[in-house]
Amino acid sequence: MSAQATAAVADPKADESLKVIQDATCTFCGCVCDDIDLTVKDNHIVEAKRACVLGKAWFLNHKTEDRPSCLVDGQPAPLEAGYDRAAQILVNGKYPIIYGLSDSPCEAQRVAVSIADWVNGTIDTTTSVCHGPSGMAFQGVGEVTCSLGEVINRGDMIIFWGSNPAESHPRHFTKYSLMPKGMFLPNGRKDRTCVLVDVRKTKSAKAADIFVQIKPRADFEGLWTLRALAKGVDLDPVIVKRDTGVELSLWQDLMARMKACKFGVIFFGMGLTMTRGKHANSEALLALTRDMNAFTRFVAKPNRGHGNVTGADNVVSWRTGYPFGVNHSRGYPRFNPGEYTTSDTLANGEADSGMTIACDPMANFSEPARRHLASIPYIALDTKETPTTRAAAVAFTVATYGIHTGGTVYRMDDVPIPLRPSCESPNPSDFEVLSQIERRVKKLVGITS
Amino acid sequence: MSETFILIPGRTSDQGCGISEGKFQEKYQREINSLQVAPGDMTKLGLVAGDRVRLTSESGQVEVSVVVAKAEELPQGMLFIAYGNISSQLMGGDTHGSGMPTSKGIDVELEVLRPSAN
Repeated sequence: MSAQATAAVADPKADESLKVIQDATCTFCGCVCDDIDLTVKDNHIVEAKRACVLGKAWFLNHKTEDRPSCLVDGQPAPLEAGYDRAAQILVNGKYPIIYGLSDSPCEAQRVAVSIADWVNGTIDTTTSVCHGPSGMAFQGVGEVTCSLGEVINRGDMIIFWGSNPAESHPRHFTKYSLMPKGMFLPNGRKDRTCVLVDVRKTKSAKAADIFVQIKPRADFEGLWTLRALAKGVDLDPVIVKRDTGVELSLWQDLMARMKACKFGVIFFGMGLTMTRGKHANSEALLALTRDMNAFTRFVAKPNRGHGNVTGADNVVSWRTGYPFGVNHSRGYPRFNPGEYTTSDTLANGEADSGMTIACDPMANFSEPARRHLASIPYIALDTKETPTTRAAAVAFTVATYGIHTGGTVYRMDDVPIPLRPSCESPNPSDFEVLSQIERRVKKLVGITS
Repeated sequence: MSETFILIPGRTSDQGCGISEGKFQEKYQREINSLQVAPGDMTKLGLVAGDRVRLTSESGQVEVSVVVAKAEELPQGMLFIAYGNISSQLMGGDTHGSGMPTSKGIDVELEVLRPSAN
């Protein structure tokens, strides 16, 4: 839907230069709140009604940067020259990698996967350093899950494990998980029990009825303690306390509450996936969730960080059969986290060219990975200048999805949501840049269709 | 003198807002360069806010300023820092077959460098 279609004048008598975009979509985090009213003046957002602190920063700071749309070797260049050079870099590489995409709409993600296919390259998304281990666990255990709408209407026991929504998803509590009055929870928060499990007493603890402070790196042990209690296994209180940092009696009380609830939900975060154990931690949580369905209804959902990281999982899955870390060097897709994931292809010195889209590995990856990325030719697409764009052979400044451009994103519960742009940008969208590069790549590799 | 701690990098509101304002802007840089230390550990190490410390992990070394963690937010023996360029320098390149470097729960040695001008 175009910006014009949703625009309505806020108060024409007061200020005819104002326009209001109703129900705009915030793409900063995985909550993808689609009820934001944006007030726009002179092509700049001046108000973002209902947005959280992160959403306000997202909308109000996205002015068009005074930077060229394209830089080649650090020098301003015509877009056409950038597209040509980008295509050559990808086609000339023996091990090209394409990475990022969690802050791009699905339409752009789709083109990026195609490019990886044409150049026999590797496609990976920021999922691999986010909930990639959970993606591995989904394949091993399965996912008992639901939409956030069901959480609103049914979730009477909400557990956050290794996740701090008060800082990472500020509207999670009020919009989806704790405060809303639902079909079967007419009293909202009063009808729900909230538990927080974490190694730190984070700002989210204030929202919880019960806080379980486990030992660092003891998530696996804590989850298996609960699995054992669900099955009625006798446990030694001394060993449980030693291994989890939590009294057995507290775990027993938690399990009794979990069995007694009608619809339990575990939202889990990167406290599980980034800590020793990684996919084994997520597997334990998903297995516990599955086990609980012998007693009551229980589901699990990863709290996803970036606005369309869930879309990246979906698009890469329906294009290749796998959610991230997909290699096409043999002409067909192969999936192997630890081998084809970008942290590994860079740190192991295997990739010899690349393209990053809406991500910043030069700031967020390990030193060996950064060093290698700095040593190979790569293309970077981003809305702002970052350490990654600074070191790129070709850097494109692109329009911001959801503010300047439309498209589709997936909320963290896999629900697709349309974007409603509010401003115009002189820069091309990442979809446009990727489409231009793809056209040239196809020509270079001899594909005419 | 150095002490062993467990470092937890993670998200904060200021870090998230700082990304939108710009990674080279003051807010973001201040947030990712501030190490939160439990009040008890601050006392034990003779630190005051603004002092500089060196963190050394198996894979890297960084120097940062300390701030006092809010009461009860951090247990003693644990440090917190917002995700970013600094915390990532302490990660190793090995992902143990998962694609994910160990980015939380990192063992670090903390060494007090010099007191601030306070």
